[in-house]
This record gives sequence, C-alpha cells and structure tokens, in this order.
Amino acid sequence: MEYASTIRGSSAVLILIAWSGTLSLAQNTPQKAALPTREAGLAAWQQVYSVLTYPRCINCHTATNHPEQGDDRHPHLFNVVRGPGGKGVPGLNCATCHQSANADSPGVPGGYNWHLAPLSMKWQDTNDNILSSPEVCRSLTDRSKNGGLDGPGILRHHEQEPLVLWAFQPGQRRDGTERSLPPLTHEQFVAATRIWVAAGTPCPQNY
Amino acid sequence: MSATARLSSESGLSRRSFLRVSATAAGGLIVSLYLDFRLLAQAPPAKTYPPDAFVHIQPDGKIVIQVNRLEFGQGVQTSLPMLLADEMDADWDHVAAELAPAADVYKDPIFGIQMVGGSGSVAHSFQQYRELGARVRAMLIAAAAQQWNVPVAQCRTEASVVYGPGGRSAKYADLADSAAHLPVPENVPLKNRSDFKLIGKDTRRLDSRPKCDGSLKFGLDLDLPGMKVALLAHPPIFGASPKSVDDKAARSLPGVMDVFEIPTISRGTAVVVVADKFWTAKQARERLGIDWDFSRIEPADTEQLRAKYKDLAGTPGNVAASRGDLSLLDGITQANRIEAEYEFPYLAHTPMEPLNTTVRFDGARAEVWAGSQFQTVDQMAIAETLGLKPEQVTFHTEMAGGGFGRRATPDSHVQREAAAIAKHCQGVPVKLIWTREDDVQGGYYRPMHAHRIEIGIGADGTPVAWRHVIVGQSILAGTPFAAFAIKNGVDETAVEGVADTPYEIPNFSVSVHHPTVNVPVLWWRSVGHTHTAFVMETLVDELAMRAQTDPFAYRRKLLKPDAKKLRGVIDLVDEKSVTWRNHLAAGHAIGVACHESFGTSVGCAVDVSIEDKRPKIHRVTLAVDCGTAVNPLTIESQFQAGVSFGVSQLMAKGAITFKNGRAQQNNFDGYTPPYIVDAPVAVDVHIVPSTEKPSGCGEPPVPVISPAVANALFRLTSKRYRTLPLLSV
Amino acid sequence: MQTYKLTVNGQPKEVTVDPSTPLLWVLREDLKMTGTKYGCGISACGACTVHVAGVATRSCVVPVSLIGDRPIVTIEGIGQDRVGRAVQDAWVAEDVVQCGYCQSGQIMSAVALLERQRTPTDADIEESMGGNICRCGTYVRIRKAIKAAAEQLA
Repeated sequence: MEYASTIRGSSAVLILIAWSGTLSLAQNTPQKAALPTREAGLAAWQQVYSVLTYPRCINCHTATNHPEQGDDRHPHLFNVVRGPGGKGVPGLNCATCHQSANADSPGVPGGYNWHLAPLSMKWQDTNDNILSSPEVCRSLTDRSKNGGLDGPGILRHHEQEPLVLWAFQPGQRRDGTERSLPPLTHEQFVAATRIWVAAGTPCPQNY
Repeated sequence: MSATARLSSESGLSRRSFLRVSATAAGGLIVSLYLDFRLLAQAPPAKTYPPDAFVHIQPDGKIVIQVNRLEFGQGVQTSLPMLLADEMDADWDHVAAELAPAADVYKDPIFGIQMVGGSGSVAHSFQQYRELGARVRAMLIAAAAQQWNVPVAQCRTEASVVYGPGGRSAKYADLADSAAHLPVPENVPLKNRSDFKLIGKDTRRLDSRPKCDGSLKFGLDLDLPGMKVALLAHPPIFGASPKSVDDKAARSLPGVMDVFEIPTISRGTAVVVVADKFWTAKQARERLGIDWDFSRIEPADTEQLRAKYKDLAGTPGNVAASRGDLSLLDGITQANRIEAEYEFPYLAHTPMEPLNTTVRFDGARAEVWAGSQFQTVDQMAIAETLGLKPEQVTFHTEMAGGGFGRRATPDSHVQREAAAIAKHCQGVPVKLIWTREDDVQGGYYRPMHAHRIEIGIGADGTPVAWRHVIVGQSILAGTPFAAFAIKNGVDETAVEGVADTPYEIPNFSVSVHHPTVNVPVLWWRSVGHTHTAFVMETLVDELAMRAQTDPFAYRRKLLKPDAKKLRGVIDLVDEKSVTWRNHLAAGHAIGVACHESFGTSVGCAVDVSIEDKRPKIHRVTLAVDCGTAVNPLTIESQFQAGVSFGVSQLMAKGAITFKNGRAQQNNFDGYTPPYIVDAPVAVDVHIVPSTEKPSGCGEPPVPVISPAVANALFRLTSKRYRTLPLLSV
Repeated sequence: MQTYKLTVNGQPKEVTVDPSTPLLWVLREDLKMTGTKYGCGISACGACTVHVAGVATRSCVVPVSLIGDRPIVTIEGIGQDRVGRAVQDAWVAEDVVQCGYCQSGQIMSAVALLERQRTPTDADIEESMGGNICRCGTYVRIRKAIKAAAEQLA
C-alpha cells in the first residue's frame, strides 16, 4: 500500500490510500481483497466534499433561483436567473455569455453546456449556508436526486463531465488574475472519488 | 471672449439689464444657467434667425428641419420640428430632422451658446421655431401669390400645399426656389392654439425606426477612410502625470500607430495609444508600463470626506437664504424639534454610449464629430487647442446615446483631448473613445453632499424655524459660468430646491460650504434637486406624520398660497391615485412627494413593497404642470423613463466611492444603474392642461421618485433613510 | 492573426483578426456593422446582444475564435424574421426609444424571449429582459411593446 499526501498548501494533511495498478473501476467490480475500509472511504469522502463545496463547484450547486459567482459566492450579477432547465431564460441564457471555453480577456469562464446543477443537487441552503458533509453525501448518493447515478456513474461524472473539468481550469478573471483552484487537483479528486466509491460510497453520520 | 460677455452681447440684453432682471426674481437669487421661468414672461431678445438655416424644402417634397440642440433621448428632434412644421403647415409625413452643426444661428436664444441643458430646449426655442415656421409659410404664400398674381389674403395652406382662388394649388416643393428669393418677413402672426394640427397632439418620434433597425449612427459608430482609434491611459488619481512610460510591448502589437502623452485639463497627463482598431488599442493600452507620479496630488477618500463634511455641516456656511429669526429655534424643546443629517455619494452619469469624439486636423482646418451638449463651447475649446479660429472648425453634431449632463462640460475636456490627439496625428482622423471603465472612473460626478437640518415645529404642526446647512463641491467654480451663478460664495446649483423652497417657513436659514476636493464634478440630471428634493420631501413627510396629517393635506397647508402649479399637481396626483391608494395590497405602502424644478411642477405617488430587501415599485402616478404640452407622448415618455432613471439614487450599488484617490468602481458590476426589475412596473402620467409657455420635462421627473419611495419605505419599516444609496431595506 | 469564416444575417463573411477579438468588435469594425453596440464590455448591459445559433448572445465577451460555424443574426438582420419584425414594429408603435443606444440589444433580447414564449407574463418579461440596461429608463414602454408584439404574433 502506498500513501500519498495532498498538496495545494492545505494545512490539514490528508491521507490518500492508493493501490497501484490493482484497482480499476473500469472493471465495475473491485477485487474483494483490495476494497478500502469504511474509514478510508469516509476519509476520501471528506476530500471529495472539500472540492464539491469549493466556490468553483458550489457556485452552480445553489438552492436558489440564481447562480453564484466569485470566491465570495455573491449572487450572479446582472439578474441572471436559473430558468426552468437550469440554463437561464430565453433573453438571458447561461449561453448568452458562457461559451464552450474560457474567454480570458473579458474574464468570462466557459465550458461545454454551461448550466446550473438541478435543485436536487443543491449543496447549500437558501441562505447560502453550505450544507453539512452528511447532507451533501446523502444527496449525492440518492439516485432519485442525482440523475440515477450509481457509484461508478458518480466517478465517471467526476472524471469526465466538462463542467467538473472546468473547475480545475477555471480561467482568468477580468483583472487578469487566475481564478482560485479547488483544494485538490483533478487527478486527486478522481482518485479520492474512486476510493470512496470502492468503499461503497459511505456517508458520515449526522453529528 | 468669456462666456459671460458672449451671453450678454449675443442675447441682446445689456449685462446690466440681465443682472437687474436676475435681482428682481422672487427669492432673491437666480440660477442663471437654469432658467427662472418667470423671466420668460419678459420679452426675449429680438434676433432674426434666417429660415434657410433651419428649413430646407427638397424638390421631392421632403422638408428637412435643423434642430439646434443635441438629441440624446429627450425628443427634441421631434418636438422642435413639430413647432416649426405646425406653423408652416408642412406635411408631417414628409418632415425629417437633422442635428444642426455648431454655428452662430443655432445658439440658444436666451443663453447665447448652442446647448442642451437645464431642461430648456422646448422652453427657449418654442417661440423661435414657431416664428421660423410662420415666416417660411408666409414666404411660400407670397411666392404663390406672386406667381398667380392674386392677393396673399386669398391664399391658404395645408399639408405642404398653397391653395389659391379658383382652385389653384402649388406644392411647397415647387415654390421653394422662388420663395427663397423673397425677403424674410419680420413679424408674422402665429397660429391660434385652436388651429394647431401637431402641437399638443401625441406625436411619435421621427427617429424611432432607424434606432430599431441598427441603421442610425451614433458618434461611436462613425467610420471614416483612414480613421484610427485612440484610447487614453488616464492618471489613476486626478492630476497626476507619468514619471516614465514603457511602451515597447504596446508598440509591438501589429496595428498600433503611436504612443504619446497629452495634457488633460483637470487630470494631469494622459498616455495616448493610437491604433487601427479598438481591440488593438485596448490590448496595447493594457501593455503599457506606466510609473505615475502621485506626489503633491491629493488623493480623495470617501471615508475622510464623510467625516469632514459632517463636521462642516455642523457649522454655518455662506448664506444662501435668510429670513426671520433663527434664534427662535433655540427656544423649542427637543420634543418639537427634528434634527437630521443626510448624506449623498458621488454619482456617475454613465450614459449608455461611452464618450467619444472624432477629429481630423489638416493643419489649417479641423473637422469634428461629437455628440455634444455644448457645441459652440466645445468648438471654441477645440479651436483653442489647435491654434485655429472657431470658424475654422467644422463641428458636426452626432446623435448621442444619452447624456444626463455628462456631455455638457464647461471645460470641454474630452474634446480638448481629442483635438490634442488629432494635432499629434495631423492629417489622420482619430476617434477618441473612453471605455466604460474610463467613464466610471473618469470623474465629472454629481458631487458628494452632506446636509444638516434643524427644524422647530410650531403648535399647528408646521415648521416655525428651519436651519439648513449644505456641504458639497461647487459645480460651477472655475468655469466660465461661475461669474453669474456663484454669488457671495454660494453656488446656486447646490442650494436650488431648498433656498427657494415654496413651503411657507417664516424663520429660515440656508447656508452652504463648498470644499475643494481633487475630484472633478459636474451637473447630473436635475443637478441640485437630486439631493435637495430628497431632503425636503422626506422631512416634509416626517412633519406630516408628526402632525398626523395625510401627506397631501399637509403639503396643501404648508405650501405658499401662490405656489399654484404645485398645488395643481398635488390635487391632480391625489385625484388620479386615490383609487389604487384605497386598494393597496397587504405589505404595500404609499409614498408621496412633490417638487418644482426648471419651471415644472411634479406630484408623485408610489406604491411600494419590499422584495429581497429591496424596494419594489409597483406603480407610480405622476401629475405634471409643464405649461403648454407640445408633445404629450414625449412628455409621458420623459416622465415614465425619468422616474426609472431617478431610481439610480436608490440602487445598492449606486455610489462612486473613493479610496486612496481612486474610484473603487470601474464598470456596471460595481456601479449599477437600474435594470428593469429595479424600475417601476407601471407609471401613469397626467398632464395639467395649460396654455402657459412650455417649461422643461427632461429633468423634473428625477427629483420626486427617491423621496417618494423613501417615504413609502418608512411606512413599511419605520426607518427614515437619510443616507443614499439605499444599501439594504 | 487568424482567418474566420462567419455567417452573418445569412451572408458568408471572412475576417482576419486577432483570435481574442470579441465578436462585437469584429462586427463593428471589420464588418462595419455598427448596429450592435458597445456599452460596457463585460456583458453587464446587453447592448451588444446578437443571436448565435438562435441563442441571445452578448458579443462583447465572446471571442470570435469561439463562434465556429454557428450562424449569427444581428439587429440589421432581425427584421427578416417574423418575430423580429413584429418587435421592431411594436417598438415604433409604442414610441419606446429615447436615445436608442441600448435598443438594438433590448430588441434582440425581446425577440429571443418571444421566439420561445409567445405569451410571456410580466415575470417572464422581467426575467428575460432582466439583464439589459436602459439608462434613459424606457422599461415601462419596453414591457408594453413586448406585450403588443406578442398580441401581434398571436
């Protein structure tokens, strides 16, 4: 077994457990002998949670009628609204400004099919308070809320969904500075998800 | 030649008589630039305007009328031609309007400069344009009568045709040539009101269609062969200059023509980038490495200014109005006093079309294209910058995307910049553009203000004594207008709406402090009334509540008996709003305000609730007395939209604030004007029928809306809002 | 510098520009189509609104390099469309404009709304038009004109 520490200047040192080469979720069934413990799964979940609730992700996982912007998660300017499909409204769509790639000069982020996560995938409450780790975990693993995804489906989402990928290459702000990055790299995020899924997507209990 | 001297000689009034007229105006003070409409009752100076400079009848029947002022939304390019076309009996379907270039004949008949401002366009040119139309009609009839050898009296006109005895007729288009050779008649009678075909009727704007299909060109849209674009790197703190400029990276971009410095009037030195296109110029400007010298430059700071202004407001200033005995105030108990402090921030105008001017200078002549509110003033400034005489500068008036006062600058600073650039790039036409960031950070704001008021209330609930101190930079100090609008240290534009209040207050004192601050300031749509009306109408509301009298009744009680126009609009707004006021939804409240500015009285009632911690204005009912309503459709538009503009002052992000000398906002994300959700949903406008001379409608809508909304909010929250903007409700 | 082939109002156009140039400035300066306006440059005001593949789009923040082969319709071409013409006619009939500078964008946003919601409610109008600034404040008549156009199209 190998241990790796997270990087990114976080003061908390988290432990990732990785199996070199033996665990492949493309196979759908992990080898029994190599399954991570529930403890390991919960630790991995905390890492996943730290990314999900980072502004780059949570700004589109709102509970309200509007997206958020910025590290301070203020309501999206210019009266942008969610719209029935999370894509805005006919005169003011997400695609009205957000294209399929970042536009660094005006500081407008972009990714394929820019839109809001459904309200079922809200990770904050209507007062912008971030939901707790148990709450988010329960939502994320609820197939009636998450678009029918099982564990491997969630992993795929984290690996491949363009807007998830965007969070790790979020482009420049209007003032030329780079948007801040989540606490893990995309690879680390996927690795943590893999462990959590392999552990059976355990959720922490309520405190 | 100073503006003052020009004013008196051009208008035909001697300087002495002008000042004498000023001194007799009731209230003791006249804001010369903002016409006291009681003056219009006196005969305006006689000046003959050659009709051929204003009207061109084309062979195909089209009648092109020159508009002597900038059109920037207010509708003059329709209202003024209406006046002329009606008297002329022109076929309105074939009338077109053009914005006249800078020239002597297009100067405002009262103020003697070519201008738009003070809500005076229709008021000042009402007589002028009617006379022009009547003269042209007379000349056409004379031409026809001559041709037919019949008496003039047997001819009549209708829809661009002269009809004579025996079934004769001739189109204006066919008579135009011979009419042009006839002498211009001196005194031609004007129509009786009962004969008006256009004046007083709802008339759609002439410029609507091209503004809806992308074909109308604004100043920013101008394209000339070989034209370049210039952007400026202005000093981040007003008045600074560069110590050094590293332009290597900027110059390396393909399409960059030159990088150089120019002096700017109030702002030190700017670095100019000239390039083939806007985007190139913008990228080049971003690559400039400028080391600015801020030494000896005073950095404005909002928090410091707030503290300073509060202190100043506690001391008496230069006296703007004084009557009775203010020591009475000292004898009134706390229970019968109101002591209030108000604060107002700097406001930017942010017209939708960013500032721009195009100049081509070939060494001997210059040609200018600009959407300017002050054409002849700007023309002179450009001439001065280029070492030319004004008549060597051809100045085209472009359609402008809004102004609100921003395009009327006594120092012509943008035009001077553009001229300096054109001089450097001699032979090449250069379009100077201020980006939105340049605009929001570029100064020339409505000044920041503080007010301190002490009111002693009498037994009958009306104010017995009222001491009012205002603090704010003088808009007119240092400009050519200072000579006649600043008296005894009082800039009248800072106290209008208070010093001349129509409320009956026997013991009354208004004084003002004008601090010097390193922030250029300018008039913002309705000028002093932007803050004075808010103060007056919220205090009157408070007094009314204390007296347990309804806001209409209280004002009727408190207004001077001869404030007829205000009394009239209070009655009308009461009448027109009573039904909805009696059926207010739960969680809604009513707010009332009335105010007179630029000769026009306005009464306002609003229906407001609170949504998401913001005021939601469901309905506004307005009553307006603007004298003769030339185009009621335009007036309705000005008032419906003007109150939406007025909401700017309430927006949470409706303030320019300074820290370390720099404005903290730079675009609409930080300085936010009203969007549709912020504006009133429904506005109904009722015009008092009148045959008085017309008074303005451009600015009068603005002062009433903020106090009316604040008054409604009090009824919902029991809080008096005395600091603008409204951060949270 | 790169060459881009664009379709604007049904016409093929070719421009050679810096890839980061916003579509707005390509339209205004390279194609000399000045109906689409510059108001802020940060997608805050909507004056630059065009339709890209039928979607209302703020051209001031879209680099021309991201357009691809999606067709573009501007204010100069929207009158060819039945909804576009109805909106422009309503704007004129209701005397909406004042300075007019924002109105290209207002009209393009209103057309996008009416293309998808033929009978918009007040709330629909507020939401779809919610990001367009009119500094003159013509919002009351904008609401009225949208409803008038909807009636026309019914």
